[in-house]
Amino acid sequence: MILALFFQKCDMEAFINGIGIISSQNIPNTDLFPKEIINDSLGILKLITPDYKDYIDLMARRRMGRIIKAGVTAAKMCLNDAGLSQPDAIITGTGLGCIEDTEKFLASILQNNERLLNPVHFMQSTYNTLSSQIAIVLNCNNYNNTFVHRSFSFESAIQDALMLIAEKETQTALVGSIDEITQNHYLINRRLNKWKTESLYSLDLFNKNSPGTVPGEGAIYFLLSDVPATTTYSILAGVKMFYKPQSPTETENKILQFLKECDTDIHDIDMIITGINGDNRFDGIYTHLLEGVFLGKPHAGFKHLCGEYFTATSFAVWLASVILKNQEAPSVCVINHSPTAPLRNILIWNHNKNINHSVLLIKKYQ
Amino acid sequence: MARRVFVTGIGIISSIGSNVEKTLASVFTGRSGIGKAEFLPTLLRDILPVAEIKLSNDALADQAGVSPKQYTRTALLGMLAAKQATEDAQITSAELSQRTLLLSATSVGGMDKSENFYREFIADNRKGRLSQIVHHDCGDSTEAIADYIGVKQGMGTISTACSSSANSIMLGTRLIRNGLTDKVIAGGTDALTRFTLNGFNSLMILDKNPCRPFDETRNGLNLGEAAAFIVLEPEKAITANKKFYCEVTGYDNACDAFHQTASSPEGLGALLAMKKALSVAGLQPSEIQYINVHGTGTQNNDLSEGIAIQTLFGENVPLLSSTKSFTGHTLGATGAVEAILSILSIKQGIVYPNLNFSEKMKELNFYPNTQLLTGKNIVNVLSNSFGFGGNNTTLIFSRR
Repeated sequence: MILALFFQKCDMEAFINGIGIISSQNIPNTDLFPKEIINDSLGILKLITPDYKDYIDLMARRRMGRIIKAGVTAAKMCLNDAGLSQPDAIITGTGLGCIEDTEKFLASILQNNERLLNPVHFMQSTYNTLSSQIAIVLNCNNYNNTFVHRSFSFESAIQDALMLIAEKETQTALVGSIDEITQNHYLINRRLNKWKTESLYSLDLFNKNSPGTVPGEGAIYFLLSDVPATTTYSILAGVKMFYKPQSPTETENKILQFLKECDTDIHDIDMIITGINGDNRFDGIYTHLLEGVFLGKPHAGFKHLCGEYFTATSFAVWLASVILKNQEAPSVCVINHSPTAPLRNILIWNHNKNINHSVLLIKKYQ
Repeated sequence: MARRVFVTGIGIISSIGSNVEKTLASVFTGRSGIGKAEFLPTLLRDILPVAEIKLSNDALADQAGVSPKQYTRTALLGMLAAKQATEDAQITSAELSQRTLLLSATSVGGMDKSENFYREFIADNRKGRLSQIVHHDCGDSTEAIADYIGVKQGMGTISTACSSSANSIMLGTRLIRNGLTDKVIAGGTDALTRFTLNGFNSLMILDKNPCRPFDETRNGLNLGEAAAFIVLEPEKAITANKKFYCEVTGYDNACDAFHQTASSPEGLGALLAMKKALSVAGLQPSEIQYINVHGTGTQNNDLSEGIAIQTLFGENVPLLSSTKSFTGHTLGATGAVEAILSILSIKQGIVYPNLNFSEKMKELNFYPNTQLLTGKNIVNVLSNSFGFGGNNTTLIFSRR
């Protein structure tokens, strides 16, 4: 599962019955693509946060780090959206966990010479903080897990949830992702040449033929269920990960094999959402297949809206769900040409440096 | 139909031995790995004992046959343990590259190198060797292990604090039960770091002496480092000539949902995990011969876990001990370390002593086993792993 690459089985799918999203776009209504898009020129796509006092009490708000507040709130928004008080499982994917708290504790160790340290940042630094904080807030004793493998993190969480549902252990799973950007993390990755050096508006991300991308962050949760509801957005019909493909042909074969495992023909794919991020060192593999096996397919991007981070694909799952629900792709996301309704199946394909690839299939509900 | 899942290979490196044989030798001689840090560069060296593997990174890399520069200690430990496990199970390189998954677990990933980077970076953010920070995330060590042993098709990393590798074993078991893969190498790895040592020290739950789990006078835990992996295969792989250790019959993951770094006084999460694991295994409490407890030696854990055990087993608590008195608390690796000790308990018919015990806890009707017992008929072993955030996982191994 988790990882697992190849072993998607077509009987593993779930209904997305709720979404809570805190991202670098202002999305007041998760059903709709927002009318106003943030087009940032600062080089970092930071979270637009709601008023947390509607979701977290004062004492807890004071104690929690920034991404913890965002994650707990996104989880609560998701459950409210689905009209559910307790899920049967809580599963989070995160590439870097609560790095602000991690950095703060690390700094205090060095600055105080390992003496008289305040434990708060250490307590919040562990990678499982979100899943457990959500459980504590909900008083939920059920299955609780956290996946922490680069761009497989969110996908691994989804696979665990789909397997729990297939095992009939679970009817509802709260599954999501959190990742944050900090100043230090930004600076370190700038030295590693991960970001674009020229100034640009984020909506121009795909238009520069240059190395680097734009960093982002997000806290997004989904309520997956074995049965549909009046709130159903879409069907999460499968996920697959693959590692270090040796050639574009291998990548193509893995994706086609995934569609086959999902009993879906390539002709039935109405749109492809890729993780294109404007980095001309790594976007080529997307182009290669979009001009090959996927020639003519409507293609959309999303990282100009949410930025690049290890668990950004959760933003794409929301985007695909909104497109399917509204039967319309927002023009700001479309890269080549708009799809024509009816829209039934959207393939999401992401990779991190051509090492960690993932694909997800999102289907229209009814 | 759910498939049965068997353990066909084990690999371990910890402060009490760099392989299974040496680990058992330490057990038989009662040698604990807890002592003074020699390699961890901490100012707390003279105050806080740790269960350290007495090999430098260079020596570990040398054993693995790789250059030490590009690997964290966490990765090196994991590579050595995972390699032992795959060799023990006699998995071919063709099998490793096909339907085999690697599920690792770690609590701090490449932090051992990150803290070196930060020392310079904090003073001047243009400084700090970038080669020391690129391994920071938890996926790094897993990919290093996969590349080293030749797993190509899939991998994942779990981090649920001190139950991380129990969860990777549980997930691996479920993957095979559901027919999603043929082989899983599951376990975890964590190196000692200043980050965790200072973190636990700031919580004031480290004992300045060797830990005394389940003792009335217990005063905290000792951190350790280790990596441990087991190979899981379905029943159909167990042919006449195939060696195997035991079956994974029970598992569960429950959440205490009480506090970020403390367990509930009644041990609710622990009780739920143990009960459900027994139910998955189809076993009654009376059919468990040995419990390898989480038993960190903190006031809070041992009381919470002890009450949960008492609630579940009543007057008939089976033999139990905390092997953390040998290995220290190895965090993300501890679930897999104790899984292997549980497996060896079944295979060898042994029950481990709980070292340093002298006085029964007044709240409990039982106390841990204090002598090495051999020649025992151990059929079912229950192993507990409980983490910060209330991430509680129980595994059950059964002789076949």
